[in-house]
Amino acid sequence: MKKLGLSRWLTTPLIIVAFLICWELYIKIFEISPFILPRPIQVWHALVELLSDVSTLHHAWVTLYETLAGFAIALVLGVGFGALLGKMPRLEEALMPFVVALQVVPKVALVPLFILWFGFGAGSKVVIAAVLAFFPIFTNTLLGVKSVDRGHRDVMESLNAGRMRTFLLLEFPSALPFVLAGMEVGIILAVIGAVVGEYLGGSVGLGSLAVATLNALQVNALFAVILMLTVMGFALWVLIVLLRRLIIPWHESVAYAKAEH
Amino acid sequence: MTSAILQSMISGAAPVAQAKESVSGSQIEIAGISKTYGQGSGAVLALTPVELTIRPREFVVLLGPSGCGKTTLLRMLGGLIRPTSGTLRIGGRALWNGETRNKDALSELGMVFQEANLFPWLTIEDNIALPLQLRGVPKKERREKAAELCKLVGITGFERKLPRQLSGGMRQRAAIARALSCDPHILLMDEPFGALDAMTRDQMNLELQRIQQASGCTVVLVTHSINEAVFLADRIVLLSPRPGRVESIVDTPFPRPRAIDLQSTPEFQSIAVHLRQQLKRMQ
Repeated sequence: MKKLGLSRWLTTPLIIVAFLICWELYIKIFEISPFILPRPIQVWHALVELLSDVSTLHHAWVTLYETLAGFAIALVLGVGFGALLGKMPRLEEALMPFVVALQVVPKVALVPLFILWFGFGAGSKVVIAAVLAFFPIFTNTLLGVKSVDRGHRDVMESLNAGRMRTFLLLEFPSALPFVLAGMEVGIILAVIGAVVGEYLGGSVGLGSLAVATLNALQVNALFAVILMLTVMGFALWVLIVLLRRLIIPWHESVAYAKAEH
Repeated sequence: MTSAILQSMISGAAPVAQAKESVSGSQIEIAGISKTYGQGSGAVLALTPVELTIRPREFVVLLGPSGCGKTTLLRMLGGLIRPTSGTLRIGGRALWNGETRNKDALSELGMVFQEANLFPWLTIEDNIALPLQLRGVPKKERREKAAELCKLVGITGFERKLPRQLSGGMRQRAAIARALSCDPHILLMDEPFGALDAMTRDQMNLELQRIQQASGCTVVLVTHSINEAVFLADRIVLLSPRPGRVESIVDTPFPRPRAIDLQSTPEFQSIAVHLRQQLKRMQ
């Protein structure tokens, strides 16, 4: 088990280094134009230059804000509606066709509409991030509330526990692993939502910065922006995973991960 | 061979004094309760009307093949299933009042299921004290009671562990402790040791006997194991399937506490053989 843990700290940097070497060699051997694919070192320089500019940090902050605000809205609404429909099978039955219909609408196609409704500012991006992050959180919560163990329910029923107590002591903790799994997917989709919103409207945020660098043919900087977005998404995802370990240390998935590494 | 019986007869007097200071079991009156699932032409009769009075502190085992309605009967006693007809009295109080269950009657019951059904997010201690938490007992008292019960069921030292860190037998012990935490007068057990291996099962049967003597509960236990039934019961209610009904009631008048060796005595074997023949005739 320990060996595995050690090797991960070794293999991950090694694979990254190997990837960078391949990248560099590919450009050298096939003589790729720097307007198509810049060298890794050029991307690095562009990144350092971008980060030394205060306006870049502002762009990053705006994207982060839109992502987190959208995610927070999705979390509240997703858990709320998920729990409500999970507890009311008749309501679920009545609403499910519409939920499925909403789910299959390509949400990205709605982006222009949201910009029309909520303007070119942060508002429209928050809404897009929220809409994208809502569905995985909602469906997972719904599944979680409905997946409460029959035997656990018997225990609460034989103890004559009321609806509120049953929710707090049984249904809520039972659903938590599902909610957290939904949050893991949701946070990534929230980043995508915010960035796509910025591509299509507005002048702030890393998404619009990416479009601006492309228009100026600064391919190095474009790559640097993509790298920043990747790091941001990854950091947020790690945050959720850590949250998971903190909130549900009892769950098989967490205990298993701990035993492995 | 008979020395085991003698031995248990000699030591049999000891636990009575111990039991006197603890709660005393309640009586269960089963007056013509039956259960039908579904309605109209699709209705299935799961259990024909049962007449049975279970005395305080008695150990009654419901024995029968699958589909005989033994679990249905036990779940009706526990208030988890509403009888289609008949009345059910726990300690003199009717359990069902129309659609609602009598809170006081229900609070006399403790249930143990085939699975331990411990909540994986709660420590063993918190699992055991769950019924007390529902009653609003303060945390400090709950801790004390849980520690006391851990000692009774023999899992002291595991109070702060999570259920997944315990073996199946220990989890079932914790489930029994949870059922006992509200000082019930009646313990209802649905094949509580069905999922355990034979060795652990013998051990748990001995422990259950000791726990019953110490707590003074009335116990109703469901099993499909003949040996377990004869070993544990004061009376065995034999049920037969399609439709579920009470076939016969067999007394097992061995003194307590009973040792595992009791199972190899001719008296024990003759009851077991008799039951096996009756069960065979049902098929």
